[in-house]
Amino acid sequence: MCIMASCLSPNWSVFDIDQSQTLQMAVQVDHARSQPLAIRGGGSKTFYGRQTPACDLLDLGGHRGIIDYAPNELFITLRAGTSLQALEAQLAEAGQMLPFEPPHFGPAATIGGTLACGFSGPSRPYAGSARDTVLGMRILNGQGEILRFGGQVMKNVAGYDVSRLMVGALGTLGVLLEVSLKVLPRPDSTVTLVRPMDPVTAVQRMNHWAGQPLPLSATAYDGEHLYIRLSGTGSAVRAAQTRLGGERLPDAEAAAFWVTLREQRHVFFQGDAPLWRLAVAPATPPLPLGDQILIEWGGGQRWLRGARDATALRQLAAEHGGHATLFRGGDRRGEVFHPLTPPLLAMQQRLKAAFDRRAILNSGRLYATL
Amino acid sequence: MPASPDRTALLVELQAALSADAVLRSAEDLRPYECDGLSVLRELPLCVVLPTDREGVQAVLQICQRHGVAVVPRGAGTGLSGGARPIRDAVLLSLARLHHIIAIDRENRTARVQPGVRNLAISEAARPLGLYYAPDPSSQIACSIGGNVAENSGGVHCLKYGLTVHNLLELDVLTATGETLRIGSQALDSPGYDLLALMTGSEGLLGVVTECTVRLLPVPEHVLVLLAAFSSVEAAAESVSAIIAAGIIPAGLEMMDRLAIEAAEDFVHAGYPRDAAAILLCELDGPAVELEELVREVETLLQRYGARAIRIAEDAATRLLLWKGRKAAFPAVGRLAPDYYCMDGTIPRQRLAEVLGRITAWSAEYGLRVANVFHAGDGNLHPLILYDANAEGQLHAAEEFGRRILELCVAVGGSVTGEHGVGVEKLDSMCVQFNAAELAQLHRIKHAFDPEGRLNPGKAVPSLHRCAELGAMHVHHGQLPFPELERF
Repeated sequence: MCIMASCLSPNWSVFDIDQSQTLQMAVQVDHARSQPLAIRGGGSKTFYGRQTPACDLLDLGGHRGIIDYAPNELFITLRAGTSLQALEAQLAEAGQMLPFEPPHFGPAATIGGTLACGFSGPSRPYAGSARDTVLGMRILNGQGEILRFGGQVMKNVAGYDVSRLMVGALGTLGVLLEVSLKVLPRPDSTVTLVRPMDPVTAVQRMNHWAGQPLPLSATAYDGEHLYIRLSGTGSAVRAAQTRLGGERLPDAEAAAFWVTLREQRHVFFQGDAPLWRLAVAPATPPLPLGDQILIEWGGGQRWLRGARDATALRQLAAEHGGHATLFRGGDRRGEVFHPLTPPLLAMQQRLKAAFDRRAILNSGRLYATL
Repeated sequence: MPASPDRTALLVELQAALSADAVLRSAEDLRPYECDGLSVLRELPLCVVLPTDREGVQAVLQICQRHGVAVVPRGAGTGLSGGARPIRDAVLLSLARLHHIIAIDRENRTARVQPGVRNLAISEAARPLGLYYAPDPSSQIACSIGGNVAENSGGVHCLKYGLTVHNLLELDVLTATGETLRIGSQALDSPGYDLLALMTGSEGLLGVVTECTVRLLPVPEHVLVLLAAFSSVEAAAESVSAIIAAGIIPAGLEMMDRLAIEAAEDFVHAGYPRDAAAILLCELDGPAVELEELVREVETLLQRYGARAIRIAEDAATRLLLWKGRKAAFPAVGRLAPDYYCMDGTIPRQRLAEVLGRITAWSAEYGLRVANVFHAGDGNLHPLILYDANAEGQLHAAEEFGRRILELCVAVGGSVTGEHGVGVEKLDSMCVQFNAAELAQLHRIKHAFDPEGRLNPGKAVPSLHRCAELGAMHVHHGQLPFPELERF
């Protein structure tokens, strides 16, 4: 079937285009034939999730454009295929930003793909997640119905929160067509401090400081040094800087450090060894997993390299209130996400069927049976 | 739902499973549960059960499952949309006796609590550690965290600190069949679908929360409140936009119109300027050095947009006095007329002047006064329609007026409910906000959790049948063709 990708090159047009109807038709056709679809935005995150058999491609890359942006209302509405770069440039022009500082993982990254993966960057523990930012969505369900949930306002409790449910669902519940997001002003001042520290103290400090009224906006520990980013008004940042101490990184170097970390271009991420992500209760002391570890999110996100015993790793993460994901590399034909308890999996299977009865949308990308 | 459950056998089983005082069945005992905060709608349930622990809740759900009886969960009963309103043939499940704070984790900054714990009690317990629970609905002294999860409650600080959904980490949930689900995690995310988002605000239709972990935040170093008076609501609204455009996110931003100001002033004497067309309350929090800068900036902006009198409250006593008028606005307005109908729509702030203009015109048309209280930071408008239920036709007029306001909210890009929920009150308005395919999708979600439809049936999401009938109603120029349908 030649619906999108094969007909239009990614740079086919510089103009914004609404392809909702074409995309809807494509899903309806494949629904009618029970033909599985693989949803693709910019193709920058194909490494993520489970490997699935080849199937029809539904390309969202051409469905782009900002529909409504009201800086004073702190929201933006845009088509899901809009590039993350274009979105961030537009926000920066108005002195605003996406609060969750998403990783791009490539210049072609789209906002739809970012939300479908549920990726958040260094600011996540202090400014909220990708999901927290969502105000509303227009989606296509598995039958090809266009449905709108949520809106452009902060408060909206009419109906179940379907739009936030889409975040992190890897497109298995619906094709994201349009999203409305909460945006925030960029801080006046940002300073990054660095201090040599042992891992136990680093985790303690990150959590101790998070319990104080400090303008923290990111923290990371690379095995030797603790990096602390402060963002806010100049006076608040200066006061916190004096209080926390440490060496101040030059601004350009600091900005580069956080981008490198966010985009996984830091030396830690180099090479082909499998990359594991552990999400745990943030104050969890350093875990006995060797020295190939990078800690982010105030202790809440821990990266690990190398082939590991998945079962043991998952058990360890669960003991500390969290879960483990095979983020990159390794065997992606098996389950890459933390196994769900049987009742939880059964519930999620029923939910999948509620949105996508014939299981045509990105099926198997998240779990083999979703 | 079966029409006539075997009531006696059901009660015997419930009594056997719970303690003797945990099953209420006499009309006298049921009376306090006949409504929630939406007191116009009253009904006595089949019985009220008051389990004290998770096992008790599970037993109730399993027994009701066996008997095919519906269950209506209830927290503190402070909800304003009838979400906890009893159903005659259903068991009312009160979570009030699950009221223990299980643990406060200082290092991870979380509180693990049972659903019946009062919202404010969490912050009180965390305070010695310099922490608090951010969402603060106006009923926080009485409302329970389980109810907050069911309604996705906000509060005056949600522009900066978010709603309940932004401050939750983990839920223990029992489904309609009594099955246990642990949703979320102690980490910042969890694998699979984001059921935490789906459960939050689901109005007790998807599951019963038996325990939850909430995120605690550090208590801000310093707080101050500015009060500004304006000669027009437009100017007040523009000043709000200007503050946000300047890159300032206040902790709270509240607006009141003239009738609300007068009512509040008569009631609590907060010192509000009676001659103002609108007042704005702006709360700033943060480090003292930051507030020194911000307060000057905000003051300048307010003046630029025509604020006439600006008062700044730095000490706790003055701050509380300024907030007192706003927090007492509902009861204060309640003194102006025998009855009032509280609406809860959201609108993009830039449409405020237009929406208020239409409300003023309709107010004249219906001959009913309206006081407006507005969470200006997040676009949540509470028009309070004054009426007298004993005066011929006024209740009907107030309801119709209210429905038109909500339809207008949807038309300008907002929502029929910002924070009070749909319950039974806004079922008709849901037909305006969602089309048939969307409602069908919501019903399929419900079905995935509760295939028999026994958990809080008839609430939150209207049947397609109901909406179809309502569509017919519109065709008939407002004459109600189905008088047996609830109209509220």
